[in-house]
Amino acid sequence: MYNTGLELMEIANSKKCKIYEVVIDNEVESQGISKEEIISKMQKALEVMKSSAQEALEKEVKSVSGLIGGDAKKLEDYRKAGNTLCGDTVVKAMARALSCSEVNAAMGRIVAAPTAGSCGILPAALITAAEKLNKSEEELVNALFTASGIGQIIAKNATVSGAEGGCQAECGAAAAMAAAAIVEMAGGTPEMCLHAAAIALKNIMGLVCDPIAGLVEAPCAKRNASGVVNALISAELALAGIKSIIPFDEVVDAMYKVGKALPEALRETALGGIAATPTGIKLRKQVLGE
Amino acid sequence: MSNLSAFDIIGPIMVGPSSSHTAGAARLGKVAMSIAGKNFNKVTFYLHGSFAKTYRGHGTDRALVAGILGMETYDDRLKYSLEIAKEKGIEIEFIEADLGDVHPNTVKIVFHREDGTKFEVVGSSIGGGNIIITEINGDKVEFTGDYPTLIVKQKDVKGMISSVTAILASQNINIATMRVTRRAKGKEALMIIETDAEISDYVLKVIEKVENILSAKAINPVK
Repeated sequence: MYNTGLELMEIANSKKCKIYEVVIDNEVESQGISKEEIISKMQKALEVMKSSAQEALEKEVKSVSGLIGGDAKKLEDYRKAGNTLCGDTVVKAMARALSCSEVNAAMGRIVAAPTAGSCGILPAALITAAEKLNKSEEELVNALFTASGIGQIIAKNATVSGAEGGCQAECGAAAAMAAAAIVEMAGGTPEMCLHAAAIALKNIMGLVCDPIAGLVEAPCAKRNASGVVNALISAELALAGIKSIIPFDEVVDAMYKVGKALPEALRETALGGIAATPTGIKLRKQVLGE
Repeated sequence: MSNLSAFDIIGPIMVGPSSSHTAGAARLGKVAMSIAGKNFNKVTFYLHGSFAKTYRGHGTDRALVAGILGMETYDDRLKYSLEIAKEKGIEIEFIEADLGDVHPNTVKIVFHREDGTKFEVVGSSIGGGNIIITEINGDKVEFTGDYPTLIVKQKDVKGMISSVTAILASQNINIATMRVTRRAKGKEALMIIETDAEISDYVLKVIEKVENILSAKAINPVK
């Protein structure tokens, strides 16, 4: 098992293989199930990801509390009207991320990646990048293994939980996983993948977890839309050959330390940040009837 | 965390909105039901900490009920579990409670059986859909539901552990973890054994025949 990004890269380099192959091999070895079974399990996850990224683009999906919903469709309609600033790829990815988050908040079916709160970033980034780069279903599944490898390292050496490390841990990990996976899918080296992951984590270092009424709804859905853009630009930077000045493993350590330094009010307790604004408090009372 | 699977990162496939408050809650319900058995007509949930504060908004209530009805974390019917329980004539009750110095996402599930007896299970949702069962009918335990788990109740006399482990070995079942507790010397004791292979009804029957074994139950992994 690889414990750090450096180890993961060294194994891939010494075997002259891709990160996803190292991750699949490790899974076979540590879980004692066959490669076919592991791949078919990931295909199932991809199916659920695809449908949750699509569902709220076609119809308005409202959250259980009524706090959010309908924005994925709004953004998709706006994209179709053809006057976007950022272009089709970015806006489509944002809409897909919103769709996953809205489906999640409506008690629909999603895949935690790495968490339910950040479930839009990875599917939206990978599906959109694969579409743009004309990649196959098989390559998409492989990319999900690349992403898990990066996520395993972050979970092992830091955390992917908002209650422990703030939003930077959840949406940061998701964006880092997605950025690395896109780079590998686009033909980048393992080293470039780690640069992409490091850049994505650095971009939102310190972001707090401050959900209104404690619900995985606002600001979570919009942060998924912003997280997918973070993943895309971090991948783009790395693919251009730009390096992270601080190595990936050191960025992961730093993210963990920042998470620990965050006061409890800013770690998923709904006691700080936008949850504690007058409007946030008013909405809390409305939604929870307290 | 050591030996993380790729599917601990990408997964579980679940009904939203929260891996800890929804998926974890559904798994807690399902594991508790597999221990308690299906013959109940009322279930009371004592919700502690964050579970008590946010259960409605996170669907923790529906997830717990879905679990005791046997649904998986990804079951589309999870959302409608309260109505389904009603149709089945199962009375459901939620009580906000202080369960003491426990994890913030802890629930005590009390099954009221048809014969008037009660069965209690306490467990916590510890993040990412992972759970831990901490108490069964007042006995302290510790297992996750990730592995096939054998729960044996026996008299606290010598040789019980070796009889049970010998049966497992003869059936080619490897033990992953094991924990033995007892209420008092010479009284009832409890063995919780997590294994790598599923435990069949046949194995349970063989174990139950051993002298001084009071009961044996197996829980298949609940993902």
